[in-house]
Amino acid sequence: MKVKLTFWKFVFLFLMAAGVAATYVRFAKGLGPSTNLTDQFPWGIWIGFDVLCGVMLAAGGFTLTAAVHILNIKRLEPIVRPTILTAFLGYVLVSIALLFDLGKPYNIWHPLIMRNPHSVMFEVAYCVMLYTTVLSLEFSPIVLERFKLHKPLKIVKAVLIPLVIGGLILSTLHQSSLGTLYLIMPEKLHPFWYTPLLPVFFFLSAIAVGLAMTIFESSMSAKHFGRQLELPIIQELGRVLLVVLAVIAILRFEDLLHRGVLGLTLKPGYEMYLFWLEIGLSVVVPLILLAQKKIRSSAGGLYITAVLVVLGFITNRLNVSITGLEASAGVHYVPKWTELAITAAIIAAGFALFGMAAKYLPIFPAEEHHASAESATGAGAGVLVHAGD
Amino acid sequence: MSKAILYDATLCINCKQCEGACAEQNHLRYDDVVAAEDRQSEHKYTVVLNKNEKYMRRLCMNCAEPACASVCPVAALRKTPEGPVIYEASRCMGCRYCMVACPFGVPKYEWNKLAPRVQKCTMCSERVQAGKATACAEICPTGATKFGERDALIAEAQQRLHDNPGNYVNHIYGLNEVGGTSVLLLSSVPFEEFGYRTDLTRDPLPLFTYRVLSRIPDFIPLGGVVLGGVWWITHRREEVAAAEGAPSTNEVFYPRSDDGRTK
Repeated sequence: MKVKLTFWKFVFLFLMAAGVAATYVRFAKGLGPSTNLTDQFPWGIWIGFDVLCGVMLAAGGFTLTAAVHILNIKRLEPIVRPTILTAFLGYVLVSIALLFDLGKPYNIWHPLIMRNPHSVMFEVAYCVMLYTTVLSLEFSPIVLERFKLHKPLKIVKAVLIPLVIGGLILSTLHQSSLGTLYLIMPEKLHPFWYTPLLPVFFFLSAIAVGLAMTIFESSMSAKHFGRQLELPIIQELGRVLLVVLAVIAILRFEDLLHRGVLGLTLKPGYEMYLFWLEIGLSVVVPLILLAQKKIRSSAGGLYITAVLVVLGFITNRLNVSITGLEASAGVHYVPKWTELAITAAIIAAGFALFGMAAKYLPIFPAEEHHASAESATGAGAGVLVHAGD
Repeated sequence: MSKAILYDATLCINCKQCEGACAEQNHLRYDDVVAAEDRQSEHKYTVVLNKNEKYMRRLCMNCAEPACASVCPVAALRKTPEGPVIYEASRCMGCRYCMVACPFGVPKYEWNKLAPRVQKCTMCSERVQAGKATACAEICPTGATKFGERDALIAEAQQRLHDNPGNYVNHIYGLNEVGGTSVLLLSSVPFEEFGYRTDLTRDPLPLFTYRVLSRIPDFIPLGGVVLGGVWWITHRREEVAAAEGAPSTNEVFYPRSDDGRTK
């Protein structure tokens, strides 16, 4: 155990050191020397992974708050806090990643005063800004509780439901709008991925990944923080995931059929292989696994399925943002080490911050936390998980 | 009235004076090295291509409804009523969505600068605003590049196609592509040979995103009412339970003990 800990610490330090070196190259030399981006291929993994996948991976926040606060499914309460934490960290990290990708990061605030409401990017910028604010407020009770600040806790509690509803609207808008971004390029994006339904697919895949990430997170937390796994809860999430994946799979193939490109999916080629990798990982294999009662009831089976779903939809976002645009651009894009190093450092920072928050803040309804939190903060405690009262 | 450029490749003699005039107008370096470059870049806004002694210019098409301007979150790119699509570097934050969105691959980026700008032909907007022709049209010795009212130039292009059908591909490039552009092209060889796509939609590209974006204002109150309504319905049961004096699940702090699940 101790050796393992040292190993991960070493990996973390290595990734951070590489990240610092890459950060230096990026801000001292510019985008050209630090990326393999070109006039033909202006968006790489900092947009394709850090932003598109980052926002998708943080979707557990809105999926779970909707289930618990709006649909009033109280069984899911114990896992709301970790998903809010993931979402909050996710959005903060996406914003940081964006500072690397923007040519003039110091102008990131410009959309606040220089508006173009016809731009999808403008809408995404506003939604992400507002939703990060909402998330920080949804997250705040955890911190306020920790420091026993009762007054502000009551205020947050009073506005929680409007806050949650606002957060859900903002999430629906920007999760789908990340797909809308690509609607402007009907001639550039490969027909496997260009569809008028892009916003719908981005929204649905965010829900699927939100559920999968919640399963993943619960399993990881159970493993690394010595907590008991809430198996009945993740079994329930697994069943919902099964339905969502089935809907996505059917819609995806109906869409390909109606656009007359279903035949293309059997024509061997670069796009075809990556298309089937995406479909296999994101829907086919997970559906086969989840269809079996034995697998969807077991902690291990659910964990593997969740990992596949996450990897599958990461492949999907990278296909939309990279694979699908290479043919029309006439170039093959492979990220430079600096691009990979910064992305890896951001992921590592995410894991580390989650671990620290889990250690120092009342994220999990552990017995000690439960007892002390309840007696110490009284009515204010557990605001997030008790929106209804 | 909207201005335009008509370039007739059959009149072009590949003197490249348009390239030089463009560079001078935009304060860009122009020498033998740059002249030999055969593609648009951040330091070369227009280029005359030569394929087996057939010529073709490439420059920003200055679309009637430009994708670049519609996607720019900070309105750094704008279509002016006179025709040019202009760029204001001080607004730009460098997201490069314009480059991704442009159907002609026109906007280029200063990748090696620390405060990079998007670079492209802006149809000499200052000259046009002052009532002058673009630098490239003014210097053209053969009239291959001509500046004028868009409607008049379209009529002239149609006349040329009509008078000399054997001389041209029967197509005015830019008349309908992506909803029409302020640069119109005539050629004797297929446009594809010079990298111009002829399979582009006739719909303005901004429509493709606007169809979705325009629904957002309606969605917000609707979403609020639906979500609020669902919340009210799902929590109604508890209110009833509370009124009847039964313990509400909300009074039980997590982990709940009533269903006997793990703590």
